[in-house]
Amino acid sequence: MESLLTVSHLKKYFDVPAGRLHAVDDVSFSIRRGETLGVVGESGCGKSTLGRVLLGLYPATAGDIIFQGMDLSTFSKKDLIPIRREMQIVFQDPYASLDPRLTVAQIIEEPLRLHHVCRSTAERRERVEELMEMVGLSKRAYNLYPHEFDGGRRQRIVIARALAVGPKFVVCDEPVSALDVSVQAQVLNLMIDLQERLGLTYLFISHDLSVVKHISDDVVVMYLGQVIEKAGKRDLFKTPMHPYTIALLSAIPSVNIREKRQRIILKGELSSPIDPGEGCRFAKRCPFATEECFQTTPLYRELEPEHFVACHRAEEVRSGALQFKSV
Amino acid sequence: MEHDLLEIRGLHVHYVTDTDDVQAVNGVDLTLKRGEVLGLVGETGAGKTTVALSIMQLIPDPPGIILGGEILFKGKNLIYNSDKENQEMRGNGISMIFQDPMTALNPIMTVGQQLAEVVVKHKKLSKKAALEAAAEMLERVGVTRDRLNDYPHQFSGGMKQRAIIAMALLCSPEILIADEPTTALDVTIQAQVLEIIRHLIRENDMSMILITHDLGVVAETCDRIAIMYAGKVVEYGSVQDVYTHPKHPYTQGLFGSIPKMDTEDERLSPIPGMAPNATALPSGCAFYPRCGHCQDRCRESAPDMRGTEHQYRCWLDAE
Repeated sequence: MESLLTVSHLKKYFDVPAGRLHAVDDVSFSIRRGETLGVVGESGCGKSTLGRVLLGLYPATAGDIIFQGMDLSTFSKKDLIPIRREMQIVFQDPYASLDPRLTVAQIIEEPLRLHHVCRSTAERRERVEELMEMVGLSKRAYNLYPHEFDGGRRQRIVIARALAVGPKFVVCDEPVSALDVSVQAQVLNLMIDLQERLGLTYLFISHDLSVVKHISDDVVVMYLGQVIEKAGKRDLFKTPMHPYTIALLSAIPSVNIREKRQRIILKGELSSPIDPGEGCRFAKRCPFATEECFQTTPLYRELEPEHFVACHRAEEVRSGALQFKSV
Repeated sequence: MEHDLLEIRGLHVHYVTDTDDVQAVNGVDLTLKRGEVLGLVGETGAGKTTVALSIMQLIPDPPGIILGGEILFKGKNLIYNSDKENQEMRGNGISMIFQDPMTALNPIMTVGQQLAEVVVKHKKLSKKAALEAAAEMLERVGVTRDRLNDYPHQFSGGMKQRAIIAMALLCSPEILIADEPTTALDVTIQAQVLEIIRHLIRENDMSMILITHDLGVVAETCDRIAIMYAGKVVEYGSVQDVYTHPKHPYTQGLFGSIPKMDTEDERLSPIPGMAPNATALPSGCAFYPRCGHCQDRCRESAPDMRGTEHQYRCWLDAE
């Protein structure tokens, strides 16, 4: 399948009093049409910033964002307006992302008005009702306010709003993190159904690896602004090659009590993303770090077909020569 | 008669305002044995935190009212204790870790002062000895003692949570209640914090009630599990029994809702609908509007707990 979006050497730096914060640092990947790319990583790894830079909500510091053949990084704010019909975002917190003073219908029709999608009020109303039905909201909800809904239904409103203008690409920034598991499963199923029905392409950002595994085709793992591993989801979860990915996977508490898993506990915490300097950013927490890891930044390379990793010692990890000590 | 360390019988707690009567806890029975770790699981609004606050005798009143039941700590009913006795019980007897490490610390006191305050108050030590005790405890949870004079904003989320764990353990309580202690943390930090908690529990022969919505965390930490729904315990048993043979349709639904790491993409089977409004609970079994096995008697009357070791609250003989 052709790619809908290709990102190369994308950088986003923020100037802060203490220096330059490398939020997204030299990130490259592409997403095929109709597929889902999962982005995982812990707080502060730059995954939300990445999503926002792709949409042009923050201008990129450097790098290219090629969307359907157009390089968005060269577009002005005005040029981006028609592109916004093609790319939309679903935010994390359905309690903060809905205007409490607008009704459900007003919320969903706002993008339709802004982009002059419908010619008449009647047409707009029809479209809003169609969207509400699509996300599983009853007609009764039309004139209600967000506070009358629980988290799961609010997230359905947010999804309807994002889909109103008929986008091809949707950035989903932790869309189910604020929801209870039973409701989370409802929303995940809805998102999968909508993707199939409308041919959507998702960038699915989450800190929850089991959710990402469930919904994604490919997965990238980010650490301090960089992509450290990318692969098809089966490969990534079966044969992770970066020590951080391995530790991350082992840290997820499993409900399968029969399975005896290796439990790896990393030392330390994320270091600062401000002026990180040379060397592997994970080296300080990595049990396999050598002098080289602290000196030179590892290359992001394709070690196996479609399986990319940025680690000096990935070959040794892959062959099993390097093994974590269990707790 | 021999008492377990903590016994809760028939606990009812409501939050009553001018307009509403929120039925938060509607008849909870739980026991905690010495050295045991009990997981208390349920979704938002199930009443988990209200149970914990009842044990601590910290239910905000008004609007909270304990309408009935007993909470026996070593055989003594905490509900009839004086405020002074409860003050004594908190910290020394039962200690609690609150959910959000970002707001549980005082931003204008150093971490060391906050920890020392607990020791001075409960153990009547001198300030100097208290600071030393605080430093030692911080080191046990993996924070170096040179951070003693830092303010909370200088700590990361994981370090704040460690500081709070240290604070809860300073007076070596017999029971630790941890309310979602790792929910606000990243998974690798969660793994570190859970390991510290497990280690300290074993080392000090403490008992713990771990409140969480994460069934994975319970599987890795707890001996027994109680699943709450709409203010009642609907299933109760050893982690082994409940995870391998969940009996209550709600428990089964929870397991069906979680994406599994070790299976290929099965479609999730969520529980339809949403949790009931606690101001207007359905008659009969509170779960019947969402239950696939609902029969007439489920609507009419609420089932009692059945079973001995592995208990569940359902009319159906479901497997």
